[in-house]
Amino acid sequence: MATRSEILLPPAPPRPIVWLRQNLFSSPFNSLLTVLSLAFIIWILNAALRWVLLQADWSIVFNHPLLYAVGQYPREALWRVGINLTLLSLLIGASWGCLGRALRLFSLLYAAMLAVGILWPAQFETLTLTMRLALAANIGVMGLGYLAGRRPFVTGRRLVLSWLAALAIALVLLSGIPGAPLLPLVPTGLWGGLMVTLILAVGGIVLSFPFGVLLALGRRSSLPVVSIFSTIFIEIVRGVPLIGILFLASLILPLFFPPDVRFDRLLRALAGLTVFSAAYTAENVRGGLAAVPRGQEEAAMALGLNRYQVLTLIVLPQALRIVIPPIMGQFVSLFKDTTLVSGIAVLELLAVGRSVLGANPEYVDQQAEMLLFVAAVFWFFSYLMSYASQRLETALGVGER
Amino acid sequence: MTAEQPTYPPVSLRSQIPFWRDERVLRILAQVVSAILITGFVVWMVRNVIITAQQRGLSLGFRFLTQSAGFPIGESLIPYDPSMSFAYAFFVGVLNTLYVSSLGIIFATILGVFAGIARLSSNWLVSKLAQVYIEVHRNIPLLVLLYLWHSAVFLQLPRVQESIVWPGPVYLNQRGLYMTWPRLTETGQPFVIGFAAGLILAAVVWVLLSRLQTARGGNTHYVLISLVVLAVCTAAGWIISGGNPIALDVPELRGFNFRGGMHLSPEFAALLVGLVTYTSAFIADVVRAGIQAVPRGQVEAARALGLNYRQALSLVIMPQALRVIIPPLISQYLNLTKNSSLAAFIGFTELFFIGKTTINQAGRALQVILLVMAVYLVISLFTSLIMNLYNRRVQFVER
Repeated sequence: MATRSEILLPPAPPRPIVWLRQNLFSSPFNSLLTVLSLAFIIWILNAALRWVLLQADWSIVFNHPLLYAVGQYPREALWRVGINLTLLSLLIGASWGCLGRALRLFSLLYAAMLAVGILWPAQFETLTLTMRLALAANIGVMGLGYLAGRRPFVTGRRLVLSWLAALAIALVLLSGIPGAPLLPLVPTGLWGGLMVTLILAVGGIVLSFPFGVLLALGRRSSLPVVSIFSTIFIEIVRGVPLIGILFLASLILPLFFPPDVRFDRLLRALAGLTVFSAAYTAENVRGGLAAVPRGQEEAAMALGLNRYQVLTLIVLPQALRIVIPPIMGQFVSLFKDTTLVSGIAVLELLAVGRSVLGANPEYVDQQAEMLLFVAAVFWFFSYLMSYASQRLETALGVGER
Repeated sequence: MTAEQPTYPPVSLRSQIPFWRDERVLRILAQVVSAILITGFVVWMVRNVIITAQQRGLSLGFRFLTQSAGFPIGESLIPYDPSMSFAYAFFVGVLNTLYVSSLGIIFATILGVFAGIARLSSNWLVSKLAQVYIEVHRNIPLLVLLYLWHSAVFLQLPRVQESIVWPGPVYLNQRGLYMTWPRLTETGQPFVIGFAAGLILAAVVWVLLSRLQTARGGNTHYVLISLVVLAVCTAAGWIISGGNPIALDVPELRGFNFRGGMHLSPEFAALLVGLVTYTSAFIADVVRAGIQAVPRGQVEAARALGLNYRQALSLVIMPQALRVIIPPLISQYLNLTKNSSLAAFIGFTELFFIGKTTINQAGRALQVILLVMAVYLVISLFTSLIMNLYNRRVQFVER
């Protein structure tokens, strides 16, 4: 039998003209589609660019960078936000260094976002030189984090722990400690903007995940009572709109608990988001649990592991790896859903934009500009999240053995 | 060698395992404990509600539903005026929710299937355009989209006197969309009855004859015959109603506003367009994944058997793709229905908005919210029931 001795090269990319013929003009119908699409693209780009560059007045966006970033957070306490930002930069850099290419584009886009902040076209009274320098320093901090992350002592487990610790530090720093002269309390009513959006999203994700896993285990439990209660909870929450749950949390939660228990408004929003997201996470995790072959569990039992060990060492690691894509999708939608908390008077990004619009009559014609800015910010973060999740899947080898 | 039989003491397995390690006992115990904990928590919360309500002098009954609502509703499918009861206003809201959701589902499906197929197009430009459309809509919050459509598009239209006119005539202005719409005349009823009867009869004929064809072979011409049945019944209705069952209602500018025709408010239009564009992006992905899930070999095998492309598509690809598409599609429909509650932010009078107005008018936040949630829950559970039935029908029979 003849064997081929030469090494087969991968097929060369087709020449541009061939590529055009294959992909754009393969048939008369396709050529027509191409021409129509081109006309459509030119028309829409022309109109959009004309509007964005010439007609639109972006002062509602450019003049209030701090409002969009942190809301009414006291300006003399901004250094606390600054420290949190530094922590964030450090950790993003360290994660990039540790996990490598999967997070490269993510980190670079984060740095680009900081650069946008440095160059923000607002007057120096609003965004002072110190703040711009601080943003520039953050890019350096991220670089330091990257170098540190390359060291062997930074492991995935330690990174996760540091992220959780940083989250706790961030919340304490932002809200303050009662009685401490350096860290006076800042009521959450003053928090706002992108900061609140991110806190709600991250908080909701971190809290709803374990809750969702527990619910999924409960639903699959062989104990009828546990499984029935979990099922009822999941189905009820999934059957009603989020805005209803948020209303319930904001209007009714104070009624459910004794009158002396006071709930912060931001906390109510977070509770509503967590409950809602947990039910969806539970359904996703349930799918993953069902996909783990029963033999795995039986083999683990046969090896003498107890129930808890079977669950945490054998079943959950396999199940959770399978459900990374849907769970990340769920987190992206949780992030987008944080806009709804404006309905219960929490000032997240969209609500800040609307209040800037309402408070300044000179911006009355700039609704579209404000909304497009908010849309762009949300688009940027959601797209970043889905992109990072795709890279994470490849890095972890989801769906491969 | 005769080994003596060792003598064992009489064993009872039960007595060896202490009850705190006996799995059967533990299972029952765990259930009792969790049941007590959960019911205890619920009872505690309900008790707190009752105590707080008494302290603040809130009433917890549902009797307020029979009182007169007192607020106007801009858009209603059924006659309504503010003297009618809260329950009736609530019903108006339910109808509006169902109305906007069903329209939204129809248009989102059309647009979504279109975008999903475009995404798979062999034409690079078309595929990229579809991808941009999908990625833009998937990654922007629906609420932002709704505000954009409402305040940046529909409220920026010209004033009433300077309406944009499209053929039809369709008038587009700040107060919404006014279009020519067919309406029943006074003698229109027999026509409707005839048409409805025709639809039902045609469906029955279709099912019976197509089954007959499957059972006996041959061609029963079921498509043609059911269409004829429909046409005959409709024509009969037409003749009975005197030949003019339907008249075109043309909107006219009278004074400062349009009268007549079909009117869609900017709120309704924004909600519908926002829901449709947002959901269609998700449907497009569902459709694309479904079509890609059909192995290429299936298409090739169908062609090899002599089916033409249309037959291969309708007999081989679609039945298999639909099995993958339907469950996530239904959950997108449910999402759309639940998302219609965001109308409360832009002011279309659907269920949630009416719930909020009721709370402002009559208080009773708890009862109103529970009622609203119950309606959404019923819609969801009903839909999942139908979906489960359908799923059972189309699932693979395991070989």
